[in-house]
This record gives sequence, structure tokens and C-alpha cells, in this order.
Amino acid sequence: MSILGKLSWSAIPFDQPIPLVAAGVVAVVILGVLVWVFLKGWFPYLWREWITSVDHKRIGVMYVVLAMVMLLRGFIDAIMMRAQQALAFHSQGYLPPEHYDQIFSAHGTMMIFFVAMPFMIGLMNFVVPLQLGVRDVAFPTLNSVGFWLTATGALLVNISLVVGEFTRTGWLPYPPLSELAYSPGVGVDYYLWSLEISGVGTLLSGINLVTTVLKLHAPGMTYLRMPMFCWTTLASNLLIVAAFPILTATLAMLLLDRYLGFHFFTNEAGGNVMMFMNLIWAWGHPEVYILILPAFGVFSEVISTFSRKPLFGYRSMVMATMAICVLSFTVWLHHFFTMGAGADVNAIFGIASMIIAVPTGVKVFNWLFTMYGGRVEYSAAMLWSLGFMVTFLIGGMTGVLLAVPPADFVLHNSLFLVAHFHNVIIGGVLFGAFAGYNYWFPKAFGFRLHDGLGKVSFWCWIIGFYVAFMPLYVLGLMGMTRRMQHYDVPEWRPWLLLAAAGAVIILAGIVAQVAQLAVSIRRREALRDVTGDPWNGRSLEWATASPPPVFNFAVPPRVEGLDAFWIIKQRAHEPPGDDAHPAGYDDIVMPRNSPTGFVCAFFAAVMGFALIWHIWWMVALAFVGAYATFVVFAWRDRDEDVIPADVVARFDRAHLAASGPAGTAT
Amino acid sequence: MRPRLGLLLALSSLSACRADVLNPAGPIGLAEKTILIDSVGIMLAIVVPTIAAIAAFAWWFRASNTRATYLPHWDYSGRIEMIVWGIPALVIILLGGVAWIGSHQLDPAEPLASDQPPLEIQAVSLDWKWLFIYPAQGIATINQLVIPAGVPVRFALTSGSVMNAFFIPRLGSMIYTMNGMTTHLNLRADTDGEFRGLSSHFSGDGFSDMRFDVRAVPAAQFAAWIQAARGTGPVLDADGYAALAKQTTAPEPITMRLTDPELFRKIVSRSLPPGPGPVSGRPDASVSSRSGQ
Repeated sequence: MSILGKLSWSAIPFDQPIPLVAAGVVAVVILGVLVWVFLKGWFPYLWREWITSVDHKRIGVMYVVLAMVMLLRGFIDAIMMRAQQALAFHSQGYLPPEHYDQIFSAHGTMMIFFVAMPFMIGLMNFVVPLQLGVRDVAFPTLNSVGFWLTATGALLVNISLVVGEFTRTGWLPYPPLSELAYSPGVGVDYYLWSLEISGVGTLLSGINLVTTVLKLHAPGMTYLRMPMFCWTTLASNLLIVAAFPILTATLAMLLLDRYLGFHFFTNEAGGNVMMFMNLIWAWGHPEVYILILPAFGVFSEVISTFSRKPLFGYRSMVMATMAICVLSFTVWLHHFFTMGAGADVNAIFGIASMIIAVPTGVKVFNWLFTMYGGRVEYSAAMLWSLGFMVTFLIGGMTGVLLAVPPADFVLHNSLFLVAHFHNVIIGGVLFGAFAGYNYWFPKAFGFRLHDGLGKVSFWCWIIGFYVAFMPLYVLGLMGMTRRMQHYDVPEWRPWLLLAAAGAVIILAGIVAQVAQLAVSIRRREALRDVTGDPWNGRSLEWATASPPPVFNFAVPPRVEGLDAFWIIKQRAHEPPGDDAHPAGYDDIVMPRNSPTGFVCAFFAAVMGFALIWHIWWMVALAFVGAYATFVVFAWRDRDEDVIPADVVARFDRAHLAASGPAGTAT
Repeated sequence: MRPRLGLLLALSSLSACRADVLNPAGPIGLAEKTILIDSVGIMLAIVVPTIAAIAAFAWWFRASNTRATYLPHWDYSGRIEMIVWGIPALVIILLGGVAWIGSHQLDPAEPLASDQPPLEIQAVSLDWKWLFIYPAQGIATINQLVIPAGVPVRFALTSGSVMNAFFIPRLGSMIYTMNGMTTHLNLRADTDGEFRGLSSHFSGDGFSDMRFDVRAVPAAQFAAWIQAARGTGPVLDADGYAALAKQTTAPEPITMRLTDPELFRKIVSRSLPPGPGPVSGRPDASVSSRSGQ
């Protein structure tokens, strides 16, 4: 074994133009950005204000940026798959199986772990402390560590594009295919170490947000006065805390099989693949609710704000959210009805899965009645929400259909299933993410996103979605199974061509989103919002300036009911004057920025890479480095900065002057 | 019930364009198609009005509509809450009944009621081909399944390597195959015909070519086929099995003579070892099997 373990020049695919060119382009872009940042002299700023930041808002924004960049990567995979299936009729297409298999595995892994998850965690991070009226999350430095570990996972997956290969087993590495005997390459190891590292990050962020929602509140903010998004954040993060350790443990068992000759899931020596199926889905099913619950929260905020009405049936919504949270742990077996379990087992898990449709249905009806008697404004965020309601109903319906075991017996693993989960993940999670992005962008940056281009991107996305995925339902009924690299059934071809056209329409939507961001930045003065409350909002994040100061609120807001900011605005029809804060201002103590997260993640990345390539000395070195980082952090002398009262007062007077009399509510 | 009618129309037009699942050729597939359509119909009865209501509310209560009443404080109604919890619950009770009864009636392991004794077939998923063993008839085939129409077929299934799933869309119910374990499936073809058989669980690079032809033929023709198969073809013994277990695809179906009636049991008990996976010794197989190919 050489000093670099298994690593040698043969790991770089010089003979494969597609990954090599793709990697070259990515490298040039990354290098170009770095050079540009360097020439502009922005490195110190980035290091001070972003990379080492423990401010929940900055970390939230970085999560969302990570998700959006990875969305581009995952979408390139998607386009490549659609193109392959459009071409590969009676031919090999342009991607050989060993490459195509990596593409669909990477697409799923990217989209779930490095797009949907960071997008949602980013929104929660950014918004929840503001909505609760507090200054930060419970554990700010831990928050930074969590983010950078997530980014490490994404980095490792992307390194696999150039150095070695990615897994070829699908986005869930079912053994025994993922065992050493059948996947001797480093692809599965890239997958496993990426998710072990980012999984720790997700768990840290879950613990952090659960603690924040349970323990940190502005005065008067009782649990039943929390905005809906805080409730869904609580439910989602409770699920993270309960489910992610299962993922970490399951993948650790597979790692033990692959690295140390254990036999948890091998064919030989008493290994049991059914155990893997049960464990992975005991995490995997709660995972989909981890993703969709925050999206439900976003829609609750957006629909209520743009209907100019309180959320209908708030307590009912809270109950439905917590019901989904609990029920999501009782349904995992519906992912393998076809594994040969008895009729009683299948029927019970089928019915349990359907029961989740009840609280979910309640939510849809409550959003519907939130619009009833409202004054609905069709902003881009509201369009995403309406598109979601319709699309999600269809996806939910096909989901309940798949929960009927005899129907699943003929649809399982088919493109019908693929259509179903894209129907709920794009129509639910992604639309929710985009609604939240349009809704909270002005809070984060002080200017609105261009609404017209936002609507263009919405229409491209939703039309593209239907054109791309309705054919997949049909193909599933025609008996086409998923993950086919080529096929020879002529009847499938037209539908696959149609689906490819749909993907192109979605591409137009993504282009419109990039244009929206670029145009909005360019015209930011015209789109500027000085009031901090561009949508006439109802919850506390709109009570402070945009972007909020590092301490969020000059004085903790007093909460006297649900829709706390709405009540404050209603109350304050007379100008607040100087008695807005009669008690005056105090010094504010905030946590100091710390490079701990970034440095930890650096060592984690080195360690992950070294483990994948069996470079043991580097593993040891990186471990020592990570431990040393922790020791240095634990023994730090100063961990807080004081913001003097007069700075706070100056900020607050400026904000009050800019937002006018706080009672501009109509 | 108008939506249901529309659905039936849409689905029947789909059958015309060869939607195998909606065009069953046996009792299991037929029952599953019925459950599929009934379930969708039940759900559409609530989904279609809800979508209509979303469109109607969003349009009528648009901010520019001065005729719409504005109810800025209307955020609770016990009666509506009762309905929005009640209606989904009722639908799910109904569908839950369908699921419970359907799961029991269509349990893949349950033998089909018939006055004819079932035909026993043992199926083994290999990398990347299907081995079908007819133990009583003393033959075995690769990627070719011939069955007598009208006679129930009792499958015992396992895998000679990684997980897979056995599926004939026009006959219904798929089932997983796993090494060291046996699953059971009962199917019947009611009409003569040729059907597509496929793998429906991803199993590696050769997955797309891992499919098989199913021919349902009259009983007499089946007997003749067995007779012919017994007289020709190579012999399938332990060595032959070891060759089959290697990672290859089989472009043409093969018929073989079976000498060992215990072959399936030996695969399940692993006295015949699982498939070897990628050929070892290939340059850099431990790094990336794409290099050096």
C-alpha cells in the first residue's frame, strides 16, 4: 500500500470526456470566483462576516446558498438522465451504465441531502429566532459547526466527480449491492462518509433548533402564540433528533462491513439485508416529513400574509403538525410491501400510512379557508403556494394509492413511484423553499426580489413539472421500472421524449430564477425596502429592520397574542415617539464569531477523503487536528462581545424613523 | 361520479396504448387493477372538488375584487374544523377497508383457488439474468418463462447475488428476491400470449438487460415444449450454475436440462455460493471500475 492509500492517477477519469470536462468547468468556475474575490479584496470581509460568523441569519443564508448551488448540480444530473432515456431506445444512449448509475445515484443524494435539507434548515435558521423575538439560536457556535459539516458532505460528493467515482447503487445503498463484494470501488465510500459527516451536522442543527423553539422566547411568546413556522420547525427538528441517529448508525454498520469485515448486511455469515431496509426507512420515512413540515410552515405564513388574514384554524394546524410528527414513525414498512411480509403486516402499515393523509388534508383545507374572506395578492411567493396546494393534492393522492398494498404490488419501483415522490418533493418541498426564498429575501438583504421574473420562473417550473412528470405516471402504468439505462419498448419512447421536454421547461424556470437574482441585485435601489416590513407581515421578523442587526431586536418585543407584529401595528396608530421603549436601551451581549466550525469542517473533509482512500496517516492527522480545534474552542478566554446601548439606540431610532409610525397596517 | 367516469375514460385510452398494468391477463392483475381504479376514484371524489375550491377561492377573493367580502378576523369555525377533520377521516376509513381486504385477498404467498394442481417454478435472480427452474419437469431456463394458460403457477423465489424483484406487469404482483431467503408468489395467466417480464429492483450495471420473455400457452403446447426442452440443451449442474452466477447478461434465452432437483434449495442454503460480483484482478477495480475497462 502506497503512502496515498488507494489513490493514484488512475482515479482521475482521463479517458472519460463527460466527467472530465464537467469537472474542468467546475474547477475553472470555482477558481475564477476565488480569483475575483481575491482581486476585489473581499477575503477579509468574507472571513470576518460570513465564514466565521455564528449569527443565525448569516448561517441561514449560507445554507440556502449551498442548497441553490447544489440544486444546479443536481439538476444537471436530472437533465443528463432525461436525455439518456430519451436517446437510449434500442441503443446505449450516450452514457454507459457505469456512468448512468452514478448520475441517478448522485442526483438523488444531492437533491435530498444537499438541496432540500440545507434549503429548509437555512430558512429555519434564518427565520425562527426572528419569529420568536430572540437574539440568536440556542447554540450559535454549534450552529456554525453544523453548517460547515453539511458543506463538507457536499464537497466530498462533488470531489467524487473527479477523483474516483460516486456510488452506483442508487441514492440509498441497498446491500448486498453496496457491500464490498459487489461494489469494490470507492463510490459507496464517498457516499457513506459524506453522509456520516453531513449527518452529524444535521443532527447538531436539529438539537439546536429544538432547543431554540422550546426554550428561547420573547416575553409573552407562549407556545400557542408561536407562528406556525415555529411549530413546524419544532416538529421537523424533533424528527431530525429522533431519526438521524438511525441513519448514522445504519451507515456506520455498512461502513464496518466494508472496512472491517463485519457482516451486518452481507450475504455471508448471517448478514441480513432486510435489517438494512427496515433501518434505512425507519430514518427515510421520517426524513420526508423532516423536509415537508417546514415547507408547510412556509405556506402557512405566506398564505396568511398575502390573504391579509390570520391563519385559519391555528390550533387545528398545530395539532395536525404534531400528529404528522408522531405518525411519521409508524409507516416505514410501506417502502417494501413487496418484500414478502404477511397480509396483516402490509395492511396495518398501509392503513397507518393513509392515516397521515388526514392531518395533511386538514392542513390543505385550513389554507383554503385562510383564503376565504381574504384579499389575496398574487405575489410570487403566493403563486408558489397556490401551485403547491394543487400539485401536492395530486401527489398526495398518488401517495395514498401507493399505500394500498395491492396497488403497490404493481406500481412499486416503477416510474409511477418516481413520479409520485417528485410530485410531493418538487410540488411540496421545493415550491415551499422557493416561496420562502421570495418571501424572506427582503428580510435578509433589505431589497425585494424582482416579482415579474419570479412569476416567470414559477410558471416555467410548474408547467415544466407537469410536462416532465405526468408522463412518468403513464410510463409506470405501462410497466416501466426506474433506473433503466436503455430499453426497447417503442410505446415508452414518446412519453420519455415528452418528459425530456418538461425538463427543458424546468431549465427555463431555473434560468429565470438566476435572472431574477441578477436583475434584483442590479436594481436593488429601486427594490429597496426601508421599513423592514415589505409585505405588511404579521409575525415578529417584520418588526425589525431589513437586514436585521446582529442582535435582531433593539429591545425584546412584547408579545400579546398570535400574529404578534400585527397586534403591535394595530395598537400603534398613534405615533410611538420616544416612549416606544420607555425603559430605554441596554448593552447587548452577543456571542463572538469563531472559526471553529470552518476549521472543524476542514479537518472533517480531510479525514473523510483520507478514509475513502485508505490514507491512514492522514486520517490520524486530521483527527488530531479536529480534536485540537475543539480543545482550543473549549478553553477560549473570551466568547462574547458587548454591543453598547448607544449603538443599539442609534440603530433603533433610525429604524423607527424609516418604518414610519409602526401603525401603517391597514 | 363524473370524475370517475372521466378517469375510466382516461385509463381505458391508456390501456389502448399498452399500459400493461391496466391491461391484465390474469386474475391477480385484474383484481389489482380494480383496486387501483377504485382507490383513485374514491380519492378523486374529494381531490377534484378541493382543487376546484382552491381555484375558486383564490380567484374570487383576489385583492382587486371589490365585490368579495373581507373578513379580516375570521380564523376559526368549529363546524368547518369538524368537517375538515371528518371528511378525510371518512375517506381513509373507506380506503383502509380496501387496503385491509385487498392485502388479505391478494397476499402474494396465498395459493390461488383452482381445481387444477399448481405448476411449481423456482426463480433465481442472478447478475444479470433470471434462472427459472421447473423441478418436477427437470428443466431450467434463462430469461424465458413458459407457463400453461389457465393453470395457477406457484413461484418460489430467491437471489443468487444481490437483491432484485420479479415482475410480470400483465400478470400482477411483483416480489423481491433475496439471497439466503425464499419468497413466494402465486400468479395465473388466463389467456395465451406473450408478456414482458422484468427486474424491478436495481441490481447493478447490467440491470437494464435483465428481462425475460413470458409465454402463456395452451396445456398441450406446454407439455410439448417441456418434452422438447428435456431432450436438448446443455446440462445445468454446479459448474454450469457457477458460470451463470458470474456478472454477464444473456442476450438470448437458453433452455437447459436439470440434473439436480435440489439446485434451488442449495442456492437458498448457500451451499452454492452467491455470485462473485465484479471480476477481481481487473485493474483498479477497488478504485473505480470505470477505469481500466
